[in-house]
Amino acid sequence: MRIPCPICGARDRREFYYQGAAVALARPAPDAGEAAWDDYLHLRENSAGDLDELWSHDAGCGAWLRVTRNVSSHEVKAAVLARDAS
Amino acid sequence: MRVEGKGLIDRSQRLSFQFDGNTYRGFGGDTLASALLANDVRHVARSFKYHRARGILTAGSEEPNALVTVGRGPDTDPNVRATVQEIYDGLEARPQNAWPSLGFDLLSVNDLAAPFLGAGFYYKTFMWPRAFWERLYEPFIRRAAGLGALGAEADGDHYEKAYAFCDLLVVGAGPAGLMAALTAARAGARVILADEDFVMGGRLNAETLEIGGAPGHAWAAEAVAELAAMDTVRLMTRTTVTGAYDGGTFGALERVAHHRTRPEGGVKETFWRIVARRSVLAAGALERHIAFRNNDRPGVMMAGAVRAYLNRWGVAPGKAITVFANNDDAHRTARDMVEAGVHVAAVVDSRADAVAQGDYRVIAGSQVTGAEGRRGLEAISVDGPAGSEKIATDCLAVSGGWNPTVHVTCHMNGRPTWSDDIASFVPTPGAIPGMIAAGACNGAFSTAACLAAGASAARESLEALGLRAEDSIVPTAEDAPYAIAPLWAVPGKGRAWLDFQNDVTVKDVKQAAAENYASVEHMKRYTTQGMATDQGKNSNVAALAVLADATGRGIPETGTTTFRPPFGPVALAALGAGAQGTGFAPERKTTSHAASMDMKAPMIAAGLWYRPSYFPRDGETSWRQSCDREVGYVREAVGVCDVSTLGKIDIQGPDAGKLLDFVYTNMFSTLKEGRVRYGLMLREDGFVMDDGTTARLGPAHFVMTTTTAAAGQVMRHLEFVSQALHPEWDVRIMSVTEQWAQFAVAGPQARALLNGMLDQPIDNESWPFMACGAISIGGVTGRLFRISFSGEHAYEVAVPARFGASLFAALVEAADTMGGGAYGMEALNVLRIEKGFITHSEIDGRVTAADIGMARMLSAKKDFIGKTMAARPGLVEQGRAQLVGLKPVGPVRQLTGGAKIYTDGEEPVRAHDQGYVTSVGFSPSFGHFLGLGFVRDGQARHGEVLQMVDHLRDIRTRVEICDPVFLDPEGGRARG
Amino acid sequence: MVDLVAETPLRGMTETTIGTVTLAEVDLGTLTSIAPYTGKTIGDVFKDAHGMAWPGPGRATGKTGARAIWFGREMVMLAGPEPDAALNAYGAMTLQSDAWACVTLSGAEVEAVLARLVPLDLSAEAFKRGHTARTLIQHMTGSVTRIGADTFLLMVFRSMAGTLRHDLERAMESVAARL
Repeated sequence: MRIPCPICGARDRREFYYQGAAVALARPAPDAGEAAWDDYLHLRENSAGDLDELWSHDAGCGAWLRVTRNVSSHEVKAAVLARDAS
Repeated sequence: MRVEGKGLIDRSQRLSFQFDGNTYRGFGGDTLASALLANDVRHVARSFKYHRARGILTAGSEEPNALVTVGRGPDTDPNVRATVQEIYDGLEARPQNAWPSLGFDLLSVNDLAAPFLGAGFYYKTFMWPRAFWERLYEPFIRRAAGLGALGAEADGDHYEKAYAFCDLLVVGAGPAGLMAALTAARAGARVILADEDFVMGGRLNAETLEIGGAPGHAWAAEAVAELAAMDTVRLMTRTTVTGAYDGGTFGALERVAHHRTRPEGGVKETFWRIVARRSVLAAGALERHIAFRNNDRPGVMMAGAVRAYLNRWGVAPGKAITVFANNDDAHRTARDMVEAGVHVAAVVDSRADAVAQGDYRVIAGSQVTGAEGRRGLEAISVDGPAGSEKIATDCLAVSGGWNPTVHVTCHMNGRPTWSDDIASFVPTPGAIPGMIAAGACNGAFSTAACLAAGASAARESLEALGLRAEDSIVPTAEDAPYAIAPLWAVPGKGRAWLDFQNDVTVKDVKQAAAENYASVEHMKRYTTQGMATDQGKNSNVAALAVLADATGRGIPETGTTTFRPPFGPVALAALGAGAQGTGFAPERKTTSHAASMDMKAPMIAAGLWYRPSYFPRDGETSWRQSCDREVGYVREAVGVCDVSTLGKIDIQGPDAGKLLDFVYTNMFSTLKEGRVRYGLMLREDGFVMDDGTTARLGPAHFVMTTTTAAAGQVMRHLEFVSQALHPEWDVRIMSVTEQWAQFAVAGPQARALLNGMLDQPIDNESWPFMACGAISIGGVTGRLFRISFSGEHAYEVAVPARFGASLFAALVEAADTMGGGAYGMEALNVLRIEKGFITHSEIDGRVTAADIGMARMLSAKKDFIGKTMAARPGLVEQGRAQLVGLKPVGPVRQLTGGAKIYTDGEEPVRAHDQGYVTSVGFSPSFGHFLGLGFVRDGQARHGEVLQMVDHLRDIRTRVEICDPVFLDPEGGRARG
Repeated sequence: MVDLVAETPLRGMTETTIGTVTLAEVDLGTLTSIAPYTGKTIGDVFKDAHGMAWPGPGRATGKTGARAIWFGREMVMLAGPEPDAALNAYGAMTLQSDAWACVTLSGAEVEAVLARLVPLDLSAEAFKRGHTARTLIQHMTGSVTRIGADTFLLMVFRSMAGTLRHDLERAMESVAARL
């Protein structure tokens, strides 16, 4: 699999570290309540199809990316810098 | 035998090789198979289950029968296909799967027992008595089944992996592949052309067809020469594209040195990862068999292979050739043989309207019903409208038609599509993004159609690449229609083989269907059809046709099993290349590594780093003696330890303090310049992630230390927070772990030692506990931190790494003169346990700040990572296991890490579980073991006696719960 | 007082040639990572101070003795001169001189050697002189820069110098043994 890093261009998957769903970008306020924090930390949709994910280009430029990937076909549809996505 | 004047071999290059203990001769360009056939060796192997005599069936990588073992000792390669192995001087090949010999194989008795060994026999035969399975059945099956054996020694060869990139990958160098490569390369595309064979050209080298008026093989050679002359083209022979993966990535196995004696330093195989923007699959087609009684006898071969041996290798595989076919294509075998002067006894064609295409006898509308001759074919029985007859023959060339090589197109979950026209499957367009199937692998069987398809696939690919194709002229070639009438199995008694390598017969498939293993995937597993190393390349389609017939369904409804990578066998050594031994990961060595090795310190791995366990002295007989001595250095004089492996992260910028306040539970923005503070980091779920100290070097400049183990994780975490959660903060993060060689100098004499070396001496006023700053040492600017991981008066001194080795030597030498010296990880561990300092043995991802007695470090004045979730009920309630000190109080004095803690006097079972031990060490300061562990509500239970039980080592020790800080609880030593 | 002696990451290895490819440890001089602060345009100041352009992603400027190598997201490595003090106001400056093992790999088959270790298209068409990348070198993260027609500058963490040398020499042997 190849991921199009917005800084480095298309790179082999092995250069990246996988974090999981991009839910982690939307950190709730400290007082958002139990449900919001439970959602943020533990609940994931896990649906087939397109998913926004977090990948870190660890072995490359070091940027955190939000990658939109079809988890059934592995087709990578988009990748943007996490700093622009949040 | 060789046929004079035929073949593309180099008759001037005479080679000698061994097979089964005999020496044979061959020529340059021979495979082991062609050379054996030239020497009239027909029986080359025994089959997997029934140990029947088998010969060479094909002329390519799909060969199911002729598997041999090449080489000896650590160079042993089992299951080598004789049809792929090139001969060279000194090649030594042996038959396998036969004992005591190929000619007399004791296990051929299995063949007589065949009625009991049919489909599903494992499940039916070895069920009872139950006790027999382990002692009798399984050992027997394991010895009897299986193909070649691995050598007992480790593989002595090198393997490697490599990467390649191109605009267009062309898989297969037959007419379609060559035409595609030419078209794309002429347009300026960067092309990789990969082919399994050692000579490119595919079937053009095996046929007598012409292209543009020249022999096909000559056109191929010319095309290859044109491609080879272009810088933008990479030709990869002996390279099998084994799999298609996501994003245009392909796996390919190059057999680099199977065809010669290995040169010094060279590799045997290279596993390539090829990244291609577009690809053309031109993998050709594989001929399929027709099942009839004893169709596996040596001498029964594929028709295309028989003429390949004649046309490419100048070998006639028999003296009296017969052909059995259901299509026109196979008649080429008869025609080529006749033209070469080889006797063709008859062509048996199942089609009533079949006519001869040359001077040979055709028996139309007939079928071969059986083969005779146990070790080699002697005669065939033919049945047809004109009656039955027996024909003497030593080589029967069979063709049931051709199956497109669709495998790679199925590697990303694609399914092939059935085509009635060719009675086989063709690739489903778009199954692999960016891939176009062209030529025979797409069901186009004439040479002209292959050339046209190759050119067209290249043009379509070029368009997608944004390149302009020149108007390349496709040369003229034969364009014979492919005429076939499906025939899968000849009815009749006796065993008719489908899968030769796994010994699966028509009867097995029918039996599977009768026992309701009617789905193709179930049939495959019940019969083992297609599950051998050849993956059923020339039998799968026929087997599912038989299954379709037996279940009354059509072939498209029956479907195929799933083709998965790899297309051909790949040695694990190739897949794991670069990862043998310590090669699986880089070795990180500190600047004191060489000195530690000189001091004979055993090294332990800490992540990728190597750190000294202890530094043995003459006369010491155990590591404990060394460890005790080194602990004594620090407690009584001064010890030196390399702590460079701890993560060091430079944090700069106006918002550096904000970042630290957010990732640490306690405040850092208030830290004064020139001071160090201990910090605790949580994960967002409220559990402890890491701890360490952070120093403030300037108004907007901090340097954070992490544990060795968590350095990477913390760095990534800081990047995530600053890039994703708070991109508005102006802060920059950089790892400086490698820039600084850092040494702990610890013990009552620490300051005295340093003052003997620093350019400006320090004292308690200028450098109090938790102070930091720049220093000059030997004229070199370094950093000094007054921090302690031993509880003693201690410093960490850092210099640029180039001076690390030199400074370590100087520190150790100075310490020696003061009654101290170097200490290793064992002593470091004892020292920190005596002080109750935690490591990742304690913060193992399951503990909270409160669990380790640091609840007060959770600042109430600010938000920080993990704050909200650290307050959830499960993390703050009573009854959690809390960090405690443990000391032995009974007659047994030993403590062990990982042991469990139970209520004293009770059975050590879960009902009485009280906690566990995380760290232990023998403390020379106290004269007994000390431990750290977690005990339920332990902070309130100091003084209570419990029992420690190590079930693995069978050790029971009564322990007293105490404060985890055993030594100097007031901390006076570190401040002194 | 103490007399500290400097040691290079590869401890003064001498040049090694295997086949057509030569491996040599190089001293790049002072290494300073420069990470510009938010909203700061550092290019002009940098050019005035050091006489070479501030490189964009994937590019390196300068020449032997003074290079500016793009080194990751929002980061450039100045290799050679001491950094001009004027830059301090524009970005985070971090001393890195001792943090990296630096080697050059050069020779006719240099691309073939690196193809065994680097998952990146380093062909002359795709990766020209002045191109640089942060990527993998076998199992190590590193920096790869083409500094000549057949010369590459490779940098990995100092502690991995031995592994770098081992991996490169293994690949050099393999390429040299090819017919």
